[in-house]
Amino acid sequence: MTRPPVPRWVTRSLGLGAVGFSAAAVVFGLWVMGPTAEQGDYSRLLVVHPPVATYAYVGFGITALASILYLIPRTRRREWDLLAGASAEVGVVFCGLTLVTGSIWGRPVWGVWWTWDARLTAEALLFALFLGYLALRRVPASEEVRSRRCAIAALIAVLDIPVDHYATTWWQTLHQGSSIDLLQPDKHLDTAHNVGLLLGFIGLGLAFAWLVIQRYRVEKLEARYEQEGLDLALEARRAEGDIPSDRVGAPV
Amino acid sequence: MWRDAALVAGKDLRIEARSRVATNQVAPFALLVLVLFAFALDPNRAVLKQAAAGLYWVAVLFCSLLAVQRSSAVESAEGARDQLRLSGLDPAGVFLGKAAAVAAQLLVLELLLGAGVVILYDVRLASLWLVTATCLLATVGLAAAGTLYGSLAAGLKVRETLLPLLLLPVAAPVLLSATEAWQAAIAGHPGDGTQWLRILGVFAVIYVAFGVVMYGSLLEEA
Amino acid sequence: MASGDAVRLRAAVALLGSFPALAGASLDVDRGEVVLLQGANGAGKTTLLRVCAGLTGVVSGDVVVLGRDLVRDRRAVRRHVGLLHQGGGLYDDLTVSDNVRFAVRAAHGDPDGVEPALARLGLDGRLARSPVARLSTGQRRRTALAMLVARSPALWLLDEPHAGLDAEGRDLLDGLIAEAIQVGATVVIASHELERVTSLAHRTVVVAGGVVLDGRPAEAREPVAGAAEELEASEPVAGAAEAAETSEPLAPPGPDAGAVGPAEPPGPVAGAAGPAEAPAGAPGATDQREAAHVA
Repeated sequence: MTRPPVPRWVTRSLGLGAVGFSAAAVVFGLWVMGPTAEQGDYSRLLVVHPPVATYAYVGFGITALASILYLIPRTRRREWDLLAGASAEVGVVFCGLTLVTGSIWGRPVWGVWWTWDARLTAEALLFALFLGYLALRRVPASEEVRSRRCAIAALIAVLDIPVDHYATTWWQTLHQGSSIDLLQPDKHLDTAHNVGLLLGFIGLGLAFAWLVIQRYRVEKLEARYEQEGLDLALEARRAEGDIPSDRVGAPV
Repeated sequence: MWRDAALVAGKDLRIEARSRVATNQVAPFALLVLVLFAFALDPNRAVLKQAAAGLYWVAVLFCSLLAVQRSSAVESAEGARDQLRLSGLDPAGVFLGKAAAVAAQLLVLELLLGAGVVILYDVRLASLWLVTATCLLATVGLAAAGTLYGSLAAGLKVRETLLPLLLLPVAAPVLLSATEAWQAAIAGHPGDGTQWLRILGVFAVIYVAFGVVMYGSLLEEA
Repeated sequence: MASGDAVRLRAAVALLGSFPALAGASLDVDRGEVVLLQGANGAGKTTLLRVCAGLTGVVSGDVVVLGRDLVRDRRAVRRHVGLLHQGGGLYDDLTVSDNVRFAVRAAHGDPDGVEPALARLGLDGRLARSPVARLSTGQRRRTALAMLVARSPALWLLDEPHAGLDAEGRDLLDGLIAEAIQVGATVVIASHELERVTSLAHRTVVVAGGVVLDGRPAEAREPVAGAAEELEASEPVAGAAEAAETSEPLAPPGPDAGAVGPAEPPGPVAGAAGPAEAPAGAPGATDQREAAHVA
């Protein structure tokens, strides 16, 4: 059995860590943390929502970085393209979770399922950008064409994110005044909340890394399979012309 | 590079002049969109007038989709892309030329739509300088990003459905900023609009620069 | 030794998607030569031309065209190469003269060359002002040729150029090729029109299975004993291609059997001469060694 692209002990420890910390975060979130004055029990979502939101951006960031590395000729390797794809797939899931948890959190607190809060709107746009990128990855085309185009698409999209942020932030202040910020960063969170938040970040972060690595592994194995298929195809192709392989490309 | 850009822009505009797609198809579509908005909203309660800026820019966005589709369709005739690469033209020049042609067509459409909004929605456009500046900056940004995506989706069978999915999310901040700027102009507080011009400017600069650098890479691997 | 100073390919592997269109092709073409590429459909002729134009990349092997290394930079050679391919590559909404003018100006060529090129191809007058969309296939082919003539590249790559042309057009094309040679251009043609092109071509090369059989220019080969008998008048290509597929692999009767005889330029050229010689490798001594090794 060939060696996997990433050593097993890495993923195993990541996996165990993810489960452990997430479990701890859940425990904290549901039992140890008390309800806050402003939001009651709903502030428990603090353990989940900010981390998934952050990691959605991290996911896209990795995709963008890997795309840059793929496009620069000196560092071009198929692996970067595979990593970009894996990271985008996991990132889009986290992004979707962000929107869902944001909505769940917002409903009782604001009274509506959705509000055009700057952060949520920016996340929704990020989701749309992700979807576009993933749709492009699925388009049937030769591998080199697709990888290159996806890499460029990822960069176009990532350049848009800071512009999105400024635009949506200014937009929101213009129309809603100061909105009720879910996170209320200026309010003091007690220790339990801070620890819970930290646990959430660590647990979900490890889970994110684990997912990306697993997805990357699958992609890498698929690529290896394709490469071997190529060698077989070369043989078959030459056989069309009935050329024995030692005759091909004879030197001058 | 500039010479090549001028050559390509001239070619695209000449194609447009001969085929008249923008004038015969996109312009009527644009006006139709304005009319449809009127059906969707209640014209009697001044909702249209309040929403006019946003509706205008949504219509412009749709037109930009069509213009970009057309721009990339011109190059998708069999072998046209190959010939473009073989031609020896500087890819950055090709990008600027195509984007310029799209921008030119969009500006004409925007003029038309602007007249439509003034007439159909009873909107008074004060602070023309703000209105014009917004249109210019937004158009440059849309044309640049659109040309990039147009080339990215070219040659793919699902091009027509993929292009909107790719372009619209990226164009969202343009829509947002341009609408705000126009609203400031309509409301008579042009000072509020300048911050939005800044965003539009940044967007335009980013995407023009990106296109100049990366378009060559995009053209390869047809 | 083979100079191959116009085109030199070594073991080029080119992929179309994941399909290896070229599976290790080697070819040498000298400046001023006319080379005919024969081969069944799907053998890889079009891909070979595209590789020479720098349009399609190779994943392994060497490609040097007009002195420029295409593995390092594919764009370097494009302005000096003219590719006539089956698609046409014309802008349908523009007129004939618009298309030609655009091509010339894009290549930084001489705009004064447009009118003569159009006239030479019989496209002046009313036709010049017609949009390409209204033209017949033959007229489109002529327009594409006019673009080529007006740009006057150093290397002409023609993919099935005679297809779609009437008799007059074909004679015109032959004349253009002859004129191109006179000004020092190199021409590589992929065609099924054997009778017509073999009289133009200095030599013929067979492409099969993504590989070039006998890719070396004539002068490089030492005349081999016994090869003369094998230089019969050419069998039709289709026969040779089929024979290559169905023959028993490599039954060379002797050390000289591997070489396909050299062609005398520019007379009739022997194609892959017969089943026994099917796969041909490098000429001369190397080949004898290989043949002996295989035998």
